[in-house]
Amino acid sequence: MKTDNNTELYFGDVYKPVPQSRRDFLKKLGGGVIVVFCLGKLSVIQGFGQNTSEDLLNFNAYLRVKEDGRVDCYTGKIEMGQGITTSLAQVLAEELEISIYSIDMIMGDTELCPYDAGTWGSLTTRFTDPVLRAAAAEAREVLIDLAAENLGVSEEMLDVSNGTVFVKNNEKLKVTYATLTKGKKIVKTLKKKPEIKKSKDFKIIGKPVISLDSESKVTGKAKYAGDIKLPGMVYATIIRPAVFNSKKIKVDSSELSSFKGAELVEDENLVAVVHLDPEIANKAAKKVRVTWETPEHIADNETIFQYFDDNIKEKNIFEESGNLTTGRENSDIIVEAKYYDGYKAHASIETHSATCHFKDDKLIMWASSQTPFGTREQLAKTFDMPLEKVHLKQIFLGGGFGGKIYNRQAIEAAKIAKLCGKPVQLVWSRKEEFMYDRFRTAALMKATSGVDANGNLKLWEFDIYCAGTRGTKLFYGIANNRTRMFNEDDIHPFGTGAWRAPGNNSTTFARESHIDATAHAAGIDALKFRLDNLENEKMLNTLKLAARTFDWKRKKQEGHGYGIALGEDAGTSVAMIAEVYVDKTTGEVQPIRVVCAQDMGQVVNPHGATLQTEGGITMGLGYALYEDIEFNGGRIKSKSFNNYEITKFSKTPKIECVFIDKMDSKTQGGGEPAIICVGGAIANAVFDACGARVNRMPITPKRILETLQNG
Amino acid sequence: MKQSISFKLNHQSVSLNVNGDESLLTVLRTYLDKTGTKYGCGLGDCGACTVLIDNEPIRSCMILVEDVAGKEILTIEGLSSNGTLHPIQKSFIEHDALQCGFCTPGMILNAYGLLIRNPNPTREYILKGMEENLCRCGSYNRIIDAIQTASKEMNKKIKL
Repeated sequence: MKTDNNTELYFGDVYKPVPQSRRDFLKKLGGGVIVVFCLGKLSVIQGFGQNTSEDLLNFNAYLRVKEDGRVDCYTGKIEMGQGITTSLAQVLAEELEISIYSIDMIMGDTELCPYDAGTWGSLTTRFTDPVLRAAAAEAREVLIDLAAENLGVSEEMLDVSNGTVFVKNNEKLKVTYATLTKGKKIVKTLKKKPEIKKSKDFKIIGKPVISLDSESKVTGKAKYAGDIKLPGMVYATIIRPAVFNSKKIKVDSSELSSFKGAELVEDENLVAVVHLDPEIANKAAKKVRVTWETPEHIADNETIFQYFDDNIKEKNIFEESGNLTTGRENSDIIVEAKYYDGYKAHASIETHSATCHFKDDKLIMWASSQTPFGTREQLAKTFDMPLEKVHLKQIFLGGGFGGKIYNRQAIEAAKIAKLCGKPVQLVWSRKEEFMYDRFRTAALMKATSGVDANGNLKLWEFDIYCAGTRGTKLFYGIANNRTRMFNEDDIHPFGTGAWRAPGNNSTTFARESHIDATAHAAGIDALKFRLDNLENEKMLNTLKLAARTFDWKRKKQEGHGYGIALGEDAGTSVAMIAEVYVDKTTGEVQPIRVVCAQDMGQVVNPHGATLQTEGGITMGLGYALYEDIEFNGGRIKSKSFNNYEITKFSKTPKIECVFIDKMDSKTQGGGEPAIICVGGAIANAVFDACGARVNRMPITPKRILETLQNG
Repeated sequence: MKQSISFKLNHQSVSLNVNGDESLLTVLRTYLDKTGTKYGCGLGDCGACTVLIDNEPIRSCMILVEDVAGKEILTIEGLSSNGTLHPIQKSFIEHDALQCGFCTPGMILNAYGLLIRNPNPTREYILKGMEENLCRCGSYNRIIDAIQTASKEMNKKIKL
């Protein structure tokens, strides 16, 4: 999943008029002022695989100022807890001069919202914000035009505040948006770069705003895909093989007759039981015997790294400069090491769910999906239906983290609904979630560094197996370097995919562990070593802010250690410093405190950015310390939270988030960046606390004790 | 076997004809439309389905509906009264102690159970009592803060 090639996209290209078909569509909306914003082919989704159909790119955002003065904001993005319901409302309210509480978010509905390839890659704030701000700024101008006519004054004499246009020197002469839009139907297409506010004029952007959707969530009113109930709906349970990718040989459903109302549904490898009662569907499914042909065993969670090393020959150079031989010659100390990271589950508390029905000639679905438009395409293809006959509806997601972009459950639910002819709900069990989640890939990284007698890095060689190169562009100044990516499709014994900042968690862990090991070998303090070798000013300033906030020189308590990690993701620089306590007799790690400094450009909602950072760190402690998918070939042994531990209350440290103040700059990513540094910061803190350099995540007590014993 | 089972749900009497060996979670969600109670694992590991049964926080996926006959059940839908949010709900909003919101109903009811048992809990007590409820979005610290704030607010009300 590439994101970095999108960074130049900022009002870059505004040229394409809205095609006729879309105009017709807009006419179907109610009255008011509708502003459409087009970026033509250079949409926010440039560079993403799903964006293949040109006719979908007609517009990227629009909003409607309604006749009651409220504003509908339409976006193809979805809300999964990352807080864009709030931050998008903030930027819209800022430009339109209205209260954020008068905005209604219409998200991820494939009939109402503009096309969007998916909510991922920390892209929303970077690329949807500018578009929405532009549309809102345009709407404001349209409303000022209308007000000028209404009040009989020139536009220059008018100003706007809180949904009301007024005459600057006579504030009693005023008219509300509601009055202006009443009985009107104005559709405006933005054709030029609009005048958007400068940061000095911001009233809402940059101010902390608590989540606007939280009341619906604390009252149980928020609806998720499994909360939808359709008349006559049946619940489906799919009979799964024990081994991933098994092929069905035969089905014995003779015992099904003892469950009144249970119905068997079969389509190639999909075998399911449906019933009006979910538990009966479950019990009945257990009585259906399916004989499976299991695929060849590849490797297990111990041997997989050697398997990568032996079998992946495909490679390409991602970055290279200078000469590695020169680098070696110029180095007084050479440090070589291998780093390992196991497979991780997304482990959202909501499992993959979908509720759907075929009604007339349409398929209507609520699905826990980060890609409603992608789901629509997948479904249309599956059933050979026109795209417009498939309708994905707005719904909350109970967490996503990259795991809900593949939509297997949506296809399964729709196939079952088609076959049984009834509305269907499919909610994966936790065990299914642990099998068909597309895991974060395991990764092997080989690092070689060289440092001279003055503590200057002279050599950097980095070979990455399976984790990709996201965020690996060197920000340390090392003249002789080479980063290579080794990859091969279908090398894994089960499905893998994007996991919050794909690959960057593994590679940042490896690089930052290795930088620490190199500093240690050279006898130099880990902070000083980084400060001396960084050549990227943005990163340097971010690290300085982190060090100052943490107070790096602070006296350590017995058994405690400090660790630094730096990383880049989604345009944001991250510097993290962790403090841990390690019990040397048990190897138990207790995270004490984490400071995270970030340069994410303009921060739209500092509170929301803090929540995302805290969340990323808390989730990240899981991959660093506990999470590991155990498997034997395609047989996944981690099946529940009982044997796949994630971070819990008692293991959550004190977290402090600080941001570089850059209100005048572009927004950068906020949902993913912080998490990438957790592994490295913890590994380095563990080393500092007890002397165990554990090169494999998760850094378990067993691995710490083994490392200590083996020296 | 279907049987008639009665209990109190959110202060109202409920009688229904269901299989007694169904989980309370299934019955709440499927037959009583109380979808605020969430399925997270079905194994008692995550706490998303926590409800109060006679003021005790219980994993509704792990209890059979026949075992709650005659008892009082409180789900997230019954926590606010006459449109006024419960102090714990308010406090979760103020502290923004949630992101995706899926674990939230279970968190809130587990917290309510703790505060009923101990209206003046220490941070440690809350931590221990909440430990087995899982949140993947990472709102743990804020949840603890929210519960502490709520406990103070609830005590104020009792004194009045």
